[in-house]
Amino acid sequence: MLSAAWLIARKDLSIEFRTRTAFLSAVVFALLGLVIFYFAWDPTAVTTNDLAPGVLWVIFTFSGLLGLHRSFGVELADHAIDGILASPVTRESVFLGKAIANLIFVVAVQLIAIPALVIFYNLPLGTVAGPLLAIAILAAIGLTAVGTLFSAMAVNTRLAELLLPMLALPFFVPIVIGAAQATAKLLAGRPVVEVGAWIKLLVAFDIIFVAACTVAYPFTVED
Amino acid sequence: MLAGLLKPTSGSARISGIQLPGGSLARARVGLISHHTMLYDALTPRENVSFAARLYGIKQPRERAEDALRRMSIFDRADAPVRLLSRGMQQRVSIARAMVHEPQIVLADEPYSGLDDSGARALTSLLRELLSAGTSIVIVTHNLAEGLSLATHAAVMQRGKFVRYDSAERIDAGSYAGTYREALAVGG
Repeated sequence: MLSAAWLIARKDLSIEFRTRTAFLSAVVFALLGLVIFYFAWDPTAVTTNDLAPGVLWVIFTFSGLLGLHRSFGVELADHAIDGILASPVTRESVFLGKAIANLIFVVAVQLIAIPALVIFYNLPLGTVAGPLLAIAILAAIGLTAVGTLFSAMAVNTRLAELLLPMLALPFFVPIVIGAAQATAKLLAGRPVVEVGAWIKLLVAFDIIFVAACTVAYPFTVED
Repeated sequence: MLAGLLKPTSGSARISGIQLPGGSLARARVGLISHHTMLYDALTPRENVSFAARLYGIKQPRERAEDALRRMSIFDRADAPVRLLSRGMQQRVSIARAMVHEPQIVLADEPYSGLDDSGARALTSLLRELLSAGTSIVIVTHNLAEGLSLATHAAVMQRGKFVRYDSAERIDAGSYAGTYREALAVGG
């Protein structure tokens, strides 16, 4: 199942690498978001440590949605998804392949956005870089699992661009809360053990969402 | 439904003895040609067909993809992005994609659509090869001449039901066009 999933993920990443449309859009969106928040920020009223986690997770969520929408959009052009669904590959592998490609996409955007955030807000990253990256990856797993499922559901509708965030954002809330709280504590210089509960919450959401979305996906493609 | 894209709601059907819905086992035996090419336009024909070969678990997918492209006389454009190919060339790649795993059953919905003379000849020759190798082929077409030249049986379908079903031996290709039009007219 995983080798078929990786095959599909590699195909999606090849297409994205060739066109770079969604990746560039997501990176530009993330950087513009950072700049706008920076200029709207009053440093005398809010400290960087209070503001940065919110900024990070807002741009994380919305730039990720750009990639998630593209995920099944590339399959629409000439009913390419039918070619995959008519093959012996299981529906679960198709979902996992799409989710893996989306995860790599989201993490790649974050690898640009997080250093930009650190520079803009002069954050004391130092020793918290590792735990922060771990939180980003855990949050990305949950977001891409949920987002991939809703992208599959929304792609054939006329208002897919509107429907995807409307469906997915409520499910993103627990992940974003956990990730933002953990990030805030880390940036405030709290020890890593203090964010253990939030990390456990993220792990639990990841397990639940990945399993539930993998099981639910076949129902979205069966007429 | 036979290709595994739609879930049966009633009735029964078998693919190589496998009751539908037969999951991966049944789908592995079917090659699907549709009026949609099912290709990724950012990828090349070689990449599209290799990807399909890998989906079917074929060993040496690249070689088999090249072979399928050669059989459809499109190998010379194997490395051009699909979006730069004409509709007819895309259809040839789509047929190569459907045949790369050497299916036991080919489902072809208007396979001649968009093909030029050379493409149509390549397709007919490929279908004849498959027939002689024992492959079952179901062609849905409005091109009676092409369809009848390959068929062992012919049916006219009207609103999801067969209104005629004949063995090819009982069909006079010259008069079948009139019979076909009459059958459709009676069916409304």
